[in-house]
Amino acid sequence: MHHTSEFEPQILAFCCHYCAYAAADLAGTFRAQYPTNVRIIRVPCSGKVDPMHIMQAFEHGADGVLVAGCLEGGCHFLEGNLRAKRRVSLLRQILDEIGIKSDRLRMVNLSSAMGQTFANTVTEFTEQIRELGPSPITNNIPRGKLR
Amino acid sequence: MIVATRKNVRELKQLLAPYQRIAVLGCGTCVTVCLAGGEREAGMMASALRMASRLDGVEKDIRDLTIERQCDDAFIDEAWKSLDEADAILSLACGAGVQALAHRFPGKPVFPGVDTQFIGILEEQGIWAEKCIACGHCRIGSYGAICPVTRCAKHILNGPCGGSHDGKCEVNPDTDCAWQLIYDRLKAIGEEYRMEEIAPLADWSLSNEGGCRKIIREDQRI
Ligand code: SF4
Ligand code: SF4
Repeated sequence: MHHTSEFEPQILAFCCHYCAYAAADLAGTFRAQYPTNVRIIRVPCSGKVDPMHIMQAFEHGADGVLVAGCLEGGCHFLEGNLRAKRRVSLLRQILDEIGIKSDRLRMVNLSSAMGQTFANTVTEFTEQIRELGPSPITNNIPRGKLR
Repeated sequence: MIVATRKNVRELKQLLAPYQRIAVLGCGTCVTVCLAGGEREAGMMASALRMASRLDGVEKDIRDLTIERQCDDAFIDEAWKSLDEADAILSLACGAGVQALAHRFPGKPVFPGVDTQFIGILEEQGIWAEKCIACGHCRIGSYGAICPVTRCAKHILNGPCGGSHDGKCEVNPDTDCAWQLIYDRLKAIGEEYRMEEIAPLADWSLSNEGGCRKIIREDQRI
């Protein structure tokens, strides 16, 4: 228990400029509370997130990764979020093969008006990652090599 | 093109267990187009293998690089130095590429990083289909350019069999009956009469059934 409360997960969220990023902004505007564990990377579309970026995030010690795109049917580029969803699902399979719990990677869909949902999602995901504990990669990275 | 599919990370980790310095080599031709063994996939696989080994407590030196074509010595030469420095090579090319590397590096372990599936085409985004088994005597001129050797489950040259149903094959209802396709196509090009031609016995010794094949062209030898 003590251990769990000490662990602050490092989470990376790839947020689409048109929805999740705007939702995060909105959450900030009305001061919704959500954990500070999440580093947001703004992308022009969730479909722009290269699977290699996600692999690199894990390799460099991320405890969890969120890919946040628009609601299905609402993608600014029509199908970017659907492609992201399929890529995330393949990556989850690869993570399992590597020996990293696939629950550490999640795709979520939001609209720019969903500030509270963004805050809730991030809170809930952070808790889930906290439960899972530190990434086994971080645990095994030789000292001084964690980027 | 030659179509391949990715292998499971666990299988590859096990294959490569004895080696410390590993070169993951992508191929820029067929396997790039079918998204199984190009530059991106080589990068992903190298990263996956580094992580998988790390979880076993082993820090390995696994690097990826990609050359234009692995089934050609001239291109292997470009990467010769980095490959020679590795303890083992994981080739993401088709089986021909893997064997070309093994030939080029007689003292070095070389492993296949993909499963080579078939000669085929991209039918729609994300769907590849087999079209030719390289039988050594192409006869599809008689079949409206649709190959019964490859695409008919029974490989019959005088079809259809009695099981063709609603255009689907009786062996697998998800597959089009090759002979239905042949008929439709012959009709479309005004060559239905070919349905009545009887194909003679085929010489399968020209195919891989007759053993590994080699082509020698005197006009090309130096
Ligand atoms: S007849 Fe033989 S060479 Fe021609 S497409 Fe079919 S398998 Fe390939
Ligand atoms: S149903 Fe058509 S494709 Fe299937 S075995 Fe018979 S002839 Fe060949």
